[in-house]
Amino acid sequence: MLYLDNSATTPVHPEVIKVMEDVLKKHYGNPSSLHQKGVESEKLLETSRKIVAQTLEVDKEEIVFTSGGTEGDNLAIKGIAFRYQNRGKHIITSQIEHPAVKESCRFLEQFGFSVTYLPVDKQGLIDPQMLKSSIRDDTILVSIMHVNNEVGTIQPIQDLGAILKEYPRIFFHVDGVQGYAKVPLKLKEWGIDLYTVSGHKINGPKGVGALYVRNGIALLPQMSGGGQEGGLRSGTENVPGIAGFAKACQIAREISVINWEKLSKLRKYCINMLKEKNPAVIINGPEEEHVSPYILNISIPGLRGEVLVHGLEKEEVLVSTGSACSSKKDIISPVLQAMGIDRETALGSIRVSFSYQTKEEDILIFVDKMSRVVNRLL
Amino acid sequence: MRRVYLDHSATTPVRPEVVQLVNKYLTETFGNPSSVHAFGREARKGVETAREQIAALIKAKPEEIFFTSGGTEADNMAIVGTAMANQTKGKHIITTQIEHHAVLDTCKSLIKQGFEVTFLPVNPDATIDLELLKSSIRDDTILITMMHVNNEVGTILPIKEVGQIAKEKGIIFHVDAVQSFGKLPIDVNEMNIDLLSASGHKIYALKGTGCLYIRKGTKIAPLFFGGSQERKRRPGTENVPGIVAFGLAAHLAGQEMEAEAERLTKLRDKLIDGILEKIPNVQLNGHRTNRLPGHVNVSIRYIEGESLLLMLDMKGIAASSGSACTSGSLDPSHVLLAMGIPHEIAHGSLRMTLGKGTTEEDVDYVLEVLPEIVEKLRSMSPLYNSMKLENNEECSKCTQKR
Ligand SMILES: Cc1ncc(COP(=O)(O)O)c(C=O)c1O
Ligand SMILES: Cc1ncc(COP(=O)(O)O)c(C=O)c1O
Repeated sequence: MLYLDNSATTPVHPEVIKVMEDVLKKHYGNPSSLHQKGVESEKLLETSRKIVAQTLEVDKEEIVFTSGGTEGDNLAIKGIAFRYQNRGKHIITSQIEHPAVKESCRFLEQFGFSVTYLPVDKQGLIDPQMLKSSIRDDTILVSIMHVNNEVGTIQPIQDLGAILKEYPRIFFHVDGVQGYAKVPLKLKEWGIDLYTVSGHKINGPKGVGALYVRNGIALLPQMSGGGQEGGLRSGTENVPGIAGFAKACQIAREISVINWEKLSKLRKYCINMLKEKNPAVIINGPEEEHVSPYILNISIPGLRGEVLVHGLEKEEVLVSTGSACSSKKDIISPVLQAMGIDRETALGSIRVSFSYQTKEEDILIFVDKMSRVVNRLL
Repeated sequence: MRRVYLDHSATTPVRPEVVQLVNKYLTETFGNPSSVHAFGREARKGVETAREQIAALIKAKPEEIFFTSGGTEADNMAIVGTAMANQTKGKHIITTQIEHHAVLDTCKSLIKQGFEVTFLPVNPDATIDLELLKSSIRDDTILITMMHVNNEVGTILPIKEVGQIAKEKGIIFHVDAVQSFGKLPIDVNEMNIDLLSASGHKIYALKGTGCLYIRKGTKIAPLFFGGSQERKRRPGTENVPGIVAFGLAAHLAGQEMEAEAERLTKLRDKLIDGILEKIPNVQLNGHRTNRLPGHVNVSIRYIEGESLLLMLDMKGIAASSGSACTSGSLDPSHVLLAMGIPHEIAHGSLRMTLGKGTTEEDVDYVLEVLPEIVEKLRSMSPLYNSMKLENNEECSKCTQKR
């Protein structure tokens, strides 16, 4: 099997598994307990926090562990909105956000918040000037994803952050689930206030993630209880998951630059080969600039996405249509729609997503199987 | 040195069968359950099997089980979700004064949003008065939320009776079963439970996974928003290893429940009797018999719980002074205070919770070590020495002072 669905989820890194097994077998204490077993777990937790903080170049106190990207996005958006609503009730986001962001904003609309959903161009890019002109006196939050999960577009976060620096009362949240440890990031320099990370997209475990919350920001917690995570996120900490997640962060961060270079080449190579075999292939999203080398979204005119995915699966290559969360519905992706991609092309789109393990050979196999499937189907 | 873990109400070690299964789901079956390809389908199968295993343990239907990140999230979702979805019917909630903070603080957060909450007082043994409950019900009561077993003192609450009352009045009934799930029989139909919280790490599975049972037809809003996982009630990529672990642990707990309850009850009673016999000025907290098998909580007068814990820890015994979450703070437990136990006695409380790995030798070891430590601590306490001069007042009388 050739697994090219790494944007849906990734295999867990062997070293991460090792860490987790060690914790599962030995360090079962509750971090809140005062005895040795508890103290051990507490130490693990704090070491993990330090590691994650280092990968983001932030303070340890600015990391809140969560149950994943969805919770992180919910905590950031609703946490800011409900805490700072006396300052204003306007939020700016984009039309191509993940449902975890979009649905959180929709929810807030029921509470009298107004939300501007910024459009994107054909490449899936937001125009920073558009952001600027959407800012109002009552804007309290801007939430923009770092890397789009369906087409891989990297938003100009640095430029958006530069604009927002002129508005110190507006918080800037970035959903970094697909970007973290994969594409360049300078949290502090770019003026990001909140950044969401999820473990299972970086060869870590599912059900764990982190939210970076800049010092000085008070979020309204989404869960009450024992007061863990500095009161921001109650509930007994997922110690094995957190320890595994920290290991995954550490590894991913170490190899991120090398991977960026390697995968940038492989992605380009893949596009060239696909075009060579089938000149009609359409690349959805940017071809070279402003795009994550981990994601490639393509359409073959005249073929449905699901049909292609099934055809490829028979050839032992696993890819997906759009994002995993929406892949079961027979509606066209809101992301592709927002990019102005025609219905036909959108229905035919598949997402191929790579990982640190992806090799040149894999690209060759994929292109080969792809052309076989296409020739058979067309 | 002998190491004895007696803090199973705080959390449990992960059982070997579970570790093995988790390993499989970390290595081979790593797919995203929402993916339609083979890897996704396999992961989905694991999640659905776990759902069946958990449903079976409480006589629910698999589609009534929704996975969460733990007991705290399940409690929050049950309470906030019910409040949000039913507020047009009324804004009154009934709970008790001895709930876990995941319930108490969630209810308090609703007060800020215009809800009214009745916190029922409890009897000295942490049981509740059903007549008081009945008289607290109002026309606008939309939810009764009550724990099955109290985590600090182990008392079992009359869930079935409360369920009957809630049903007759048409009020949604939520049970925080984090401490009883997998340990005591639960039948959501017989007990008329509409919502029930459970957590994996209390039954030898993983921290960070739990579930909320939602009776079909119960109106409840989600806590989080996003993808369509858990039929939109709990979005977010599923914690597949955690979920399959929880399912297996629930299945095994069901198989072992009766025998384990019997075994632990014996050990518990031996420990309680031994302590009461060997140490003067001690009282048992919670109900003597109507308590969780394996749950011991005593107040030892004239000593500080904190010092006691430290000394026990040095002897290899891991215990606690209250719930794990609050043991970091110096405030006496809200549960003991609600039971009418005076501050100074509450401060000397010791919780020892037994579990799968606990043996009779462990209990014997505690009964050997604990009296010595208590004697040593008391000999350093000026309070104890002056008391000894005055008289030898029975400790049980102290509780009646309040
Ligand atoms: C951009 C983006 N945000 C948020 C999420 C949600 O993260 P999680 O699956 O960890 O809840 C995902 C992945 O599904 C994603 O791709
Ligand atoms: C009665 C009770 N409810 C809720 C919880 C919270 O569960 P979790 O630790 O899984 O968040 C606990 C345990 O800490 C508990 O004992």
